[in-house]
Amino acid sequence: MDITLQVNGVSRAVDVDPRMSLLDLLRERLALIGPKKGCDHGQCGACTVLIDGRRANSCLALAVAMDGSEIVTVEGLAEGEALHPLQAAFIEHDAFQCGYCTPGQLCSAAGMLGEPGPSAVTEDLRADPELTPAEIRERMSGNLCRCGAYPNIVTAIAEVAP
Amino acid sequence: MNRIEGRVKVTGLATYAAEYPVEGVTYAYPVQSQVAKGRIARVDDREALAMPGVLAVLSSERPPELAPEAEGELALFQSREVAYRGQIVAAVVADTYENARAAAAVVRVEYQPQAHDVHLSTEHPGLYRPKTVNPGFPTDTGHGDVEAGLAAAATTIDVTYTTPVLHNNPMEPHASLAYWDDLGRLMVYDASQGATSGRDIIARTFGLPRDAVRVVARHVGGGFGSKGTTRPQAVLAAMAAREVGRPVKIALTRHQMYDVTGYRTPTIQRLRLGADADGRLTALEHVAYEQSSTVEEFAEQTAVPGRVMYGTPALRTAHRLVRLDVATPSWMRAPGECPGMYALESAMDELAYAAGLDPVELRVLNDPETEPGSGRPFSSRNLVGCLREGARRFDWERRDPQPGVRRDGEWLIGTGVAASTYPARRMPSKAVVAAQDGEFLVQIAAADIGTGARTVLTKIAAETLGVAPDQVHVEIGDSDLPDAFLAGGSMGTASWGSAVFRACEDFQRDGKEGHADTAEEIAKDAELARHAFGAQFAEVRVNAVTGEVRVSRLLGVFAAGHIMDATLARSQFIGGMTMGLGMALMEETYTDEEFGGFLRRDLAQYHIPANADVPNLEAVWLEEEDEELNPMGSKGIGEIGIVGTAAAIGNAVFHAAGHRVRDLPITPAKILMPRF
Repeated sequence: MDITLQVNGVSRAVDVDPRMSLLDLLRERLALIGPKKGCDHGQCGACTVLIDGRRANSCLALAVAMDGSEIVTVEGLAEGEALHPLQAAFIEHDAFQCGYCTPGQLCSAAGMLGEPGPSAVTEDLRADPELTPAEIRERMSGNLCRCGAYPNIVTAIAEVAP
Repeated sequence: MNRIEGRVKVTGLATYAAEYPVEGVTYAYPVQSQVAKGRIARVDDREALAMPGVLAVLSSERPPELAPEAEGELALFQSREVAYRGQIVAAVVADTYENARAAAAVVRVEYQPQAHDVHLSTEHPGLYRPKTVNPGFPTDTGHGDVEAGLAAAATTIDVTYTTPVLHNNPMEPHASLAYWDDLGRLMVYDASQGATSGRDIIARTFGLPRDAVRVVARHVGGGFGSKGTTRPQAVLAAMAAREVGRPVKIALTRHQMYDVTGYRTPTIQRLRLGADADGRLTALEHVAYEQSSTVEEFAEQTAVPGRVMYGTPALRTAHRLVRLDVATPSWMRAPGECPGMYALESAMDELAYAAGLDPVELRVLNDPETEPGSGRPFSSRNLVGCLREGARRFDWERRDPQPGVRRDGEWLIGTGVAASTYPARRMPSKAVVAAQDGEFLVQIAAADIGTGARTVLTKIAAETLGVAPDQVHVEIGDSDLPDAFLAGGSMGTASWGSAVFRACEDFQRDGKEGHADTAEEIAKDAELARHAFGAQFAEVRVNAVTGEVRVSRLLGVFAAGHIMDATLARSQFIGGMTMGLGMALMEETYTDEEFGGFLRRDLAQYHIPANADVPNLEAVWLEEEDEELNPMGSKGIGEIGIVGTAAAIGNAVFHAAGHRVRDLPITPAKILMPRF
């Protein structure tokens, strides 16, 4: 089935198998290996990308449903040679070890920073809370890291958070 | 200095095994056994072969040729016997992943099933004493008279701890991409902790000379032992590539990983301890019961820490194994020490309570002069220093030992301590250093599975050569580089660093090229007990209503020789401690007694710690000088972080709730059990 989508600012027209996930489209057809396949079931977050500005598990999105969508992968976060502030902070604070969850953590954090409203750990549900470490931990818990870099991930994101 | 590969990792450019762009690549998808034991009567692949894009179906109907040396889990399709549910019994190769997966679903395998046995117990008639336990330790050891020691003791405890099946679950699923070039050479991009050993295993499996195989693993998405030995998907990719004459990629699904990439054996551990009126041990007995498959013997060295930790006039450590109709267990972070120290350090806490002693003081009191199991002197041992420093940082002095009395609303609060230990060994490796365009090229088939090996080897080379790190280029992760030991047993940096250090020394003789092979040097190492030690302190909050446990603080203090890079070391320590937190509170794979195989085979059911589970975690270390280790004076740090964590948390749960859970993981149901 023919679809056209924007990937990291570039329009891509592709003929996709209706069984194909967005993740497999990116990795196997468009040579974007940044989004990682960790579980293929929306349980680990390694495949997180931005779909029309919102963070989403690309393994749970069917490629055919993405016609007309705007996708940003980790490859699209940097501006040329200049790293996104989150990318620079992850390096500076050693917020990864094996690096396999990292693209998902970064896309998730980029999406998370733009998400208003309370979370499960917010005391005042009417407030737009400050991104304390507890808020960051809560909001980033959809992205698993088996190497256990969580404390450094929180430090890195806190540095960039407004 | 930040991680050298940091930039490629944060920009999504780092290539893991399944991610190399290879022209004409095809996809393999395995078919797994539906029965736990039996014989394959027939594999009907006609419908699968008629599906779109299908290139081949591999199975025991027409066994692809492997060398007679192919063994264990790697001897794919060579037998019609099924050893466990989930074993790979066929595979489909197709032009796309979707086509391969769809066709795999219609491969019909007919079985002649037999009754299976997947239940580990201390009463199992098949229990036996393996010749050795991993990686070659004596199965049973001891000295003195344990019964007499227990009889003479003022305080004794006799307790049994159990740990479940645990899965490594690296974030990168095991994957391989293989092709055969025009000269018949086999190329495998593999998710592997060791390119050299991976090459050797694959060459042996296919009956090829070593130089006819190349294994590349430049970036590896975690392994924690599960990528330490070649797993079946590498053999399957190579076999399938030969069959279809094209490159074949296989990335196991998360579910498939649970069955065919190894796991930590469940354990049942009985501890009998005795202490005199002062708290000095009179006897220590540690017996571990564990499982392996009918395919291979894998005997985890669970009771080995008892040979290292405490001085006692009577010591007995023993292992008993039973071969069940289960997948073969394998290496998982700190094999032996991790489950063994959970039981031993929990039992020490029980002994401290029974004897009315402080658990830190009990350990200090029983700190031995020489290694209890061997009588050998320690190259260095700073367990007492770690305990003292941790106690100071944790304000341990002001702790009220009374269990179950501190409350903050619904939450009961408690603290616990446990010791850690892990061997500090090194293995022979080779390295080459050459001058190249004003820079220094260091080559060694080391692996960076997230440890920061590339970075630390760069530092070692730069310091030894006396140049800036940015003038040094370290090339690793390729079996065409000089042979190196794998990333395992916390031996990577010690093994590779020794070779890089010596190659750099050799380089300085003529300034052109330096070579090293550390085999002779290591063979001459003195017979000493070499171990890293540590102390873990935990504070937990146990909800009195729901039984929920939250770890509010975790502190690890380690003595691991010279710490070569503070940032990388801290990341390793806290990573190990986080995995230990998971082991304590949530990680568990169920064995399906009815049908065989495993249940909870994904990350929605097998819970690993998420970000919100890890609020306050610190790792610090004592600077330790030890000249009996290697040129860097370092001890391995990849595994010790997980050792003792679960015991510290379990001991804290007891202190909080006043109820001892002796079966991991410590779930709310087990906390609330005494009420019902």
